Amino acid sequence: MFANFAQRRNLYYLISASVIVPGIIAMIYSTIVFGSPVCLSIDFQGGSLFLVKFNGPATETAIREVYARFDQSPTVQQLGDPAENRWQIRAGDLTPEQQVAIREALEAEIAPIDTDQSTFDTVSPAIGSEVTLAAILAVVAAGVIILGFIWLAFRRVPHAGRYGVCAIAAMLHDVLVTMGVMSILGIFFGWEVDALFLTALLTVVGWSVQDTIVVFDRIRENLPKHRHESYEMVVNRSVLETLHRSLATQLNAIFVMVAILLFGGLTIKEFIAILLIGLTSGTYSSIFNAVPLLVSWEKGELPFTRRREATA
Amino acid sequence: MTLFPLIWLIASLAALGVVIIIRPSRHVTWLVIILSLTAFAVWCDLPDNPGIRLDLNGDGTYEIDKPIAIRQGLDLAGGLKVLLEADLPPGQEPPAGAMAEVRRIVSDRIDSLGALEPVVQQQGARRLIVELPGYQDPERAVSLIRSTALLEFVEFPYPIPAGTVVQTDYVRGAGAQPGEAAVTESSTPTVEATATAERGAASEAAPSEQEATPTPEAPVYHTVMTGEVLATADVTVDRATGSPEVAFTLTSEGATLFAEYTSAHVGDYLGIVLDGVVISSPQIQSAITGGQGVIKGNFDLESATQLATQLRYGALPVPLRVDSTSTVGPTLGQISVQQSIRAGLIGIAVVLIFLLVYYRLLGVPATLALVIFAVLNFALYKLVPITMTLPAITGFLISVGTAVDGNILIFERMKEELRHGKRLGVAVETGFDRAWVSIRDSNISTIIICVVLFLFGTSFGAAAVRGFAVTLALGLVINLFTAVVATRTFLHFILLPVQEQALTTRRWLLGV
Repeated sequence: MFANFAQRRNLYYLISASVIVPGIIAMIYSTIVFGSPVCLSIDFQGGSLFLVKFNGPATETAIREVYARFDQSPTVQQLGDPAENRWQIRAGDLTPEQQVAIREALEAEIAPIDTDQSTFDTVSPAIGSEVTLAAILAVVAAGVIILGFIWLAFRRVPHAGRYGVCAIAAMLHDVLVTMGVMSILGIFFGWEVDALFLTALLTVVGWSVQDTIVVFDRIRENLPKHRHESYEMVVNRSVLETLHRSLATQLNAIFVMVAILLFGGLTIKEFIAILLIGLTSGTYSSIFNAVPLLVSWEKGELPFTRRREATA
Repeated sequence: MTLFPLIWLIASLAALGVVIIIRPSRHVTWLVIILSLTAFAVWCDLPDNPGIRLDLNGDGTYEIDKPIAIRQGLDLAGGLKVLLEADLPPGQEPPAGAMAEVRRIVSDRIDSLGALEPVVQQQGARRLIVELPGYQDPERAVSLIRSTALLEFVEFPYPIPAGTVVQTDYVRGAGAQPGEAAVTESSTPTVEATATAERGAASEAAPSEQEATPTPEAPVYHTVMTGEVLATADVTVDRATGSPEVAFTLTSEGATLFAEYTSAHVGDYLGIVLDGVVISSPQIQSAITGGQGVIKGNFDLESATQLATQLRYGALPVPLRVDSTSTVGPTLGQISVQQSIRAGLIGIAVVLIFLLVYYRLLGVPATLALVIFAVLNFALYKLVPITMTLPAITGFLISVGTAVDGNILIFERMKEELRHGKRLGVAVETGFDRAWVSIRDSNISTIIICVVLFLFGTSFGAAAVRGFAVTLALGLVINLFTAVVATRTFLHFILLPVQEQALTTRRWLLGV
């Protein structure tokens, strides 16, 4: 199927770039317009988020008027079937007293709220910035630890460091794809980055590295067995040998996630959708980025970072 | 069913004994271990599991009483969650042990809200998480939690009528450093006071009503000590007048302080101030050395009881502010969890079908192993117990994916070996041995991610992440057992009765 798999590496880099570049443009646009590369939820910047189900019709204007009396100009969005009267209202940080006062005003002026099916969240800005810092730390820490782990696992292979760097490059590829897609979804559909998104991102990182390790592991095993073959051929052989596994595993992950997307609870659908995109990217990048990068490196095609710019 | 743990223990020990004596093959030994673990896990998974209760000495009380039940998180059960933080100037840490004390007091207070199984957890050095399942009113909960009811004993130059709002030099929460805040606060009023005085002098001819009730510069009174030194507070009745009053006793530290102060200030006035409002300003008749005292005021029985309660529970050593609140409607969580569990089951069913179709005979042990994987996981969730939240359930589903990946790695390797013309037995052994390295390395890297996620979820306000990390990591560890050991054992027994020749000619049975 891919008899000359590694030869087409420039094509693979190009495919990656075609996803990442729009994502980066979206992030730049988002930073200029909204002040952050992705649409941040109250988890990271503080504020209040009400997911309200009214027992009667409501309008955006009516909701805004109630909030205006508390000096708030909320972002109001209707969710799901309009007949269900579900609304999502985002505003600044509220004290518990204000929160209750707004709830009472909404009930008095619009319609009774079905509290059984509503959620009310507030996060102070201080906590938000702390969570942001922790999130950045978590991603950086995960990257550094995994680089160390791969270097340790591959220390007997010639150029052990290369494997670590290529795995990290593939990982960065997946982080960029996920963030970029999230940024685009944020601009067009208001999808927000919350603590769960970070969970998805780190799961993608884990998955990407896991996938890359499986392929690298086969290269590690094949190198001494096929000494007469060129590096490129050994790499080719290793990818082909692990291809079935990669596809079967990806397929199973898709089964589970599509099931949740179709039948699962409302609250985790965005999370699962992002996970699906990230995991697909993870499988792609381990085969089509990490491995070709190794070949490019071996052939001296990237003594400087010229070639890697295309992917990262 | 209550006797199951005992029966299980005896049966398992007996089986272990037999295994040690007759020393069967490795596969039989593993099969015994797997069956024993699975039996116990299935028992744990029963929806109406009675828990482990053992009455060792027959006195009617249980020496061992371990409930085995699913603990639902707030997002599933519905309820109120509040994150509180010590309201101190930045950089200032609460005194050692103070937050633990706050935690205890807050626990006492929220008991009166009647929430089912409320949880109060200290998080880090200055935060407190309060979870009230089934409770919906954040305002009431927070005002109850935060009613700090700061009691101060204040040095007054003359009696001040009850109800007057006074300023003291005690800076709330700053403990023993009133200096800075007091200076910045008094600097502006001084200027104002001068201005008022000048205006007063200029308009002396026509003194206004306002100046008759003078508050030109609020005097700042010295706080001798605060409610922190209170040990108890109760309502008593004055024998002479019959009016209710609040009697208090002090801690030994407080008693010393009180004795020293009162003996040096006989004849002075000692104001009792609650949250800045004067309750009473009695004169110190004599040195009070016993560490006991009485607050007299214009009380009826109700207000006296309220004050005593506030003093008893209200002596929060550290003031709190609200960092985040989250109220989840109970139905929303229920619907969400039911849908997600159903979705997960559908997903897993599809995966099992895939394994059976794609790997045929090999799929059978993998399917069995996966079912055992789920049974073991669920049992551990109930045993530990791990709080089930939506992220936690998702973590489990991701770990199912990894578990399947383990089997796929092994089977693909086996098929490869078979294609290279190896004999079945050899192919099976090689498949497991070679795949093991990949499974180990890739699982370790994901476990590292879980540790990072867990730390991220522990130390900061992103607790949702923690449940995900725990169930995922647990799944990975169990997977190392089920995907490798259990599958190998089952495969051995399934291939045992099958003629090797039969499989070699009917390779489609293995999906090769």
